[in-house]
Amino acid sequence: MLERIFHMLVKEFLEIRRDKWERFRLLVPPLIQIILFGYAATFEVYRVSTAVLDLDHSQESRELVSRFVGNRRFDLVRIPSDREELRRLVDRSRVTVAIRIDPQFGQLLRKGRTAPVQVIVDGTNSNTALIALDYVGQIASRFAEDYRRDYMNRILPAYQVLMPSAVMEERPWYNPDFNSQWFFVPGLVGSLTLMTIVNLTSFAIVREREIGTLEQIMVTPIRPIEFILGKTVPAFLIGLLEVAMVAITGSVWFRVPFRGSLLVMLLGTCLFLLSTLAVGLLISTMCRTQQQAFASGFFFLTPAFILSGFAFPIASMPTVMRWITYLDPLRYYLVVLRGVFLKGTGLAVLWPQMVAMAVLGTVLLAISIMRFEKSLD
Amino acid sequence: MKLGRLLAMSRKEFIQVWRDPRSLLIALLMPVMQMVLLGYGVSFDIKNLTVYAYDQEGSQNSQALLKRFQASPYFRVVKTVNSYRDLTWAIDADRCELGIVIPFDFSKRLRDARSAPVQVIVDGTDDNTANLAKGYARAVIARFSGDVQRDWLMNQGLPVGADSGPVAVEPRTWFNEELESRNFIIPGTVALVMALVGALLTSLTIAREWERGTMEQLISTPITPAEVMLGKLVPYFTIGMTDAALCLVMSVWWFEVPFRGTLVSFFVTSALFLVVILGIGFMISAAIRNQLGASMIALLVTLLPTSLLSGYAFPIDQMPKAIRVVTYLLYSRYYVTILKAIFLKGAGVAELGGPMAALAVYAVVIGAFATRAFRKTLD
Repeated sequence: MLERIFHMLVKEFLEIRRDKWERFRLLVPPLIQIILFGYAATFEVYRVSTAVLDLDHSQESRELVSRFVGNRRFDLVRIPSDREELRRLVDRSRVTVAIRIDPQFGQLLRKGRTAPVQVIVDGTNSNTALIALDYVGQIASRFAEDYRRDYMNRILPAYQVLMPSAVMEERPWYNPDFNSQWFFVPGLVGSLTLMTIVNLTSFAIVREREIGTLEQIMVTPIRPIEFILGKTVPAFLIGLLEVAMVAITGSVWFRVPFRGSLLVMLLGTCLFLLSTLAVGLLISTMCRTQQQAFASGFFFLTPAFILSGFAFPIASMPTVMRWITYLDPLRYYLVVLRGVFLKGTGLAVLWPQMVAMAVLGTVLLAISIMRFEKSLD
Repeated sequence: MKLGRLLAMSRKEFIQVWRDPRSLLIALLMPVMQMVLLGYGVSFDIKNLTVYAYDQEGSQNSQALLKRFQASPYFRVVKTVNSYRDLTWAIDADRCELGIVIPFDFSKRLRDARSAPVQVIVDGTDDNTANLAKGYARAVIARFSGDVQRDWLMNQGLPVGADSGPVAVEPRTWFNEELESRNFIIPGTVALVMALVGALLTSLTIAREWERGTMEQLISTPITPAEVMLGKLVPYFTIGMTDAALCLVMSVWWFEVPFRGTLVSFFVTSALFLVVILGIGFMISAAIRNQLGASMIALLVTLLPTSLLSGYAFPIDQMPKAIRVVTYLLYSRYYVTILKAIFLKGAGVAELGGPMAALAVYAVVIGAFATRAFRKTLD
């Protein structure tokens, strides 16, 4: 049996070596994608195009405006002369944030009343808008805080140190600068591998069927399980290589830290590959042509990708969708990847993910082997 | 160019598509699946973040602060722990997104009129969620602090000032008033669906003729290359436009995304985008005679720029300069900009003249190249 599997493996690797598309598909798309994703995928918000209309021209309003000018989150691109122009700037998408300070601003502050600041934000990109609004709020409240302190100083110098306050001490763990690359790069290791391996496995078998060599193989003494092993072992090895390639590119090129243990990552990767191979096998049992396999792959990969938590947080999905995510092997693998890359967590924390992937992989593999044996008759 | 030959070619392609129900199903199911997944699955406006609290003090003050977190729609204090170790474990194991530590001397510091620190530990792994969570937490604590200060001033018999503090930001959100993530994602999804379906279908049309050996037969007929191209693309153009209409119907009726522009500008720009996508798919198909290779490249050239570099989900102005420059060369950038503006801003030709012209130029250039891509030779 071992010898037959060995011959099968030799044949598979020869085919990969001879097929230039195969090599192209294995190397080029993952590399292009990790570089592009690393640079382009970010939800961070810096240099938001901003316009400020100061109708007050008081010392206080100028002070507030200067705080926006000095902030790297905002980029003061326009200083409109009237309200109409301010509106037009937002309307024409010239700016994302428009701030208007009304004539009474300084006077109200001096009287101890609340001085309003009008902020218009373009909500087209809801995420940017949400974060930009939060930054506007932070600048305004810091300004208010400072103003109040100055005011107290002036009227009651004795109290200048004494004033109770609760302040937030920020402790961002694992990713102190909130760097998007640190979030996306570990995720890419899983997503790109999933895509490659599912396609690779399903094509490897469907091609034999499409060009008619499957029958030739089946008349040899090889047993179905040996055939499956012969097909999946190369894919498994390629999967390991791809994980290594993407992970190394990510941590060397984008300087994402790796804080956990390689062994935990290896275990997680093996368990993850089990499910991906099984899905590839399953697709191959349902398709007659490579084109069908390609398209069917998409119907699995798109949801697997969106529901994995790769880019969009699972916690804010509707309940039904959250349940479905438990069936997504990528979901668990991403937790493992982010755990070993950023958090340095080990099996003590990650065992539920490992168990889930093992169970999912075994069940899927059993189903696909059963279906595959049936599809041969 | 003869209309008769063109029609015959189209008819043949239509029949081929029709007889391949799986492809047809893909063309119609793909939009529905993408719309449902992205419409429901993508949400950045986080609510109910899970919070673990480590209240070292357990006083009235510390409980009052935790109650504020509980009352906020953004937080849900699910558990109180009694040690740093438990808190660390909870964050490591993704049990909570936020840990709040209130120190032993919290009330004492407030009583002494000093500043009392509250530690907020955020799991930075998901930087976007962490950043929002941090902002919300700061707001809760600031409001608590403001109230403590007012009480203190009142007790000292000092002037309290205005209820809502010295400065109040009055935000107004335009175009997407409720800041719904859905309204941000769905319009761009139309482009995603068309790029995907268009690339999958057309990239195979010529390659298929080669692989099945029907190319020789096609070459022996008097049909001209331009007629082959147009004839082959008409069915896919029809399918693509059907998809665009399907997406529009789903966005407006199912997801209730506002549609403030005109149907004419929607369909005209969609047609232009489709011409670009189909032209690219056709050129790839003519250049690469292997079905699988053709579809891989087509996806790389159409889907990747449309999903990643178009401003569809990731804002272009946040990308590094080199990539920002590249996006100007990509057709999808213009179409996604147009879609978002048509849906949410009700923009017309006056506002969108630039991107529309860019898309039109692209369509003409790609169309011209595509006509020359296919040659009636056997080698």
